[in-house]
Amino acid sequence: MTASAPQFSAEQLAEVRRLQGLYPDRRGALLPVLHMAQDTFGYVSLEVEEYVAGLFGLSAAHVHEVVTFYTLFFQQPKGRHVVAVCHNLSCHLAGAPEILAHVKARLGIEPGETTEDGRITFQAVECLCACEAAPMAQIDDRYELNLTREKVDQLLEALR
Amino acid sequence: MAEIVLMRNFERPGSHTLAVYREHGGYAAWEKARQMEPAALVEEVKQSNLRGLGGAGFPTGAKWSFIPKNHTGPVYLVVNADEGEPGTFKDRYLLEKDPHALIEGMLIAARAIRSALGFVYVRGEYVQPWRRFSAAVKEAYDAGLLGQGFDIVVHRGAGAYICGEETGLLSSLEGKKGWPKIKPPFPAIKGAFSQPTIVNNVETLCCVPPIVSRGAAWFAGLGSKTQGGTRMYSVSGRVQKPGVYETSVSVTLRRLIELAGGVSHSGRLKAVVPGGGSAPILTADEIDVAMDVDGLRNAGSMIGSAGVIVFDETASIPEALMVLARFYAHESCGQCTPCRESTGWIYKMVHRIVEGHGRKDDLDTIIDVAKRGAGTTICAFYDGAVGPYISYIQKFRHEFELLCRS
Repeated sequence: MTASAPQFSAEQLAEVRRLQGLYPDRRGALLPVLHMAQDTFGYVSLEVEEYVAGLFGLSAAHVHEVVTFYTLFFQQPKGRHVVAVCHNLSCHLAGAPEILAHVKARLGIEPGETTEDGRITFQAVECLCACEAAPMAQIDDRYELNLTREKVDQLLEALR
Repeated sequence: MAEIVLMRNFERPGSHTLAVYREHGGYAAWEKARQMEPAALVEEVKQSNLRGLGGAGFPTGAKWSFIPKNHTGPVYLVVNADEGEPGTFKDRYLLEKDPHALIEGMLIAARAIRSALGFVYVRGEYVQPWRRFSAAVKEAYDAGLLGQGFDIVVHRGAGAYICGEETGLLSSLEGKKGWPKIKPPFPAIKGAFSQPTIVNNVETLCCVPPIVSRGAAWFAGLGSKTQGGTRMYSVSGRVQKPGVYETSVSVTLRRLIELAGGVSHSGRLKAVVPGGGSAPILTADEIDVAMDVDGLRNAGSMIGSAGVIVFDETASIPEALMVLARFYAHESCGQCTPCRESTGWIYKMVHRIVEGHGRKDDLDTIIDVAKRGAGTTICAFYDGAVGPYISYIQKFRHEFELLCRS
């Protein structure tokens, strides 16, 4: 996806400048622009880090330090979908270990891995703060609540 | 049953829209507040006994008064919507169901502290709440409520529990990794982008419009002697009806569990985490405690973010500690050595105990390691981990010992 040098469109570059203008120091827009970059290029490669650094007049090392600090930035290609199952306390008490084991068996991969066909990246994550509907998971942008094995099967099958 | 203040609009269809919010009295408090002097607003909030509802429980009016009086440059208002404390989900409801209550609270707070620019830091995983709140901000701009002396920037985080710590949040907002900063200087003196800054939690600011509308005395009267108001308790774990319950801060933990339908599974209570993952655990016979800041402090725990996690008799305390220890090891930002190292080692020890490979002296080692690091770090993260490490082992030592071989 990033075989050629990463490059935002003219509209995106205008959006970068707008975001930078919202903060007293334009550096404040770094996380929003990194989100944009990941949405555009699929993941935040070293080349993307360098490109974003150039947009801010920052060192690539600074951007790398930021990217590696946060869990939502991917440094390797991710699946077309991300299935993030919560394994924190309330979900644990509601059966998260069984849900995790079920997803693992269904996909044949461990948390942190991506299916060979590039369809799904599977993660075990910390509290997503929907404990009233435990066990739960985040699938891409959506919270999926009150999970059962059957519900997990339906959700996974719907991912293309 | 206490009066419903924060969740008053939740059941209305379209509660997140400006039209519905206005139809039910929304922005009337702001109309009143804009006729008031900033100092009078600070005083009103002081008199209301409002205390921060994000975790630390600091008196909100007092915090606002710390902005230097002689400061002539910008002052920033930062909203901590980086909800992440295990067992807590109230701010998600406010962002999704009543976003204009937060905007109105921000307008009033901004006037009180003379701020022209506010940031709302929403945790990165909260995509739907972020969209919902951003749409409300756009409505408020279109209606001329924003952009007339006060602007709001909605900022999305990128996944890091430590950014819920206010100085970690500020580092992150400035485009850096979310490393906490040494205090002093406190944010009110030198905060976001090195300017005086007030950081308030979502729910805290949502209390402000009702305080202005109905008066400090009314709000103070809803709560306990040292804390005003109601608050939203997130109740989860082994209860019949997990959910968010708003009631007076003077409610007892026993009553709160009843409100959530009582204990599920075996039906017999074993323990309760009263204030989010970082709160020391309480046993079944310690639940006649008032759920306000001072009530739990006196009981040796903390109200924190008011995330209540209930354990029935069949729940394993060592497993629960393993889950939390894994969380702290994962989320330690790595800046301070005692936290970075101890969280990792303690997780390994608790993990091996749960796996059946523990040794009896592991328990004393964990407590010793935990205590040595307490109070030695830049922020409160590690102290928040120490509470569970020590309390789980001290109060349920027999459960751990059963798992240790010799």
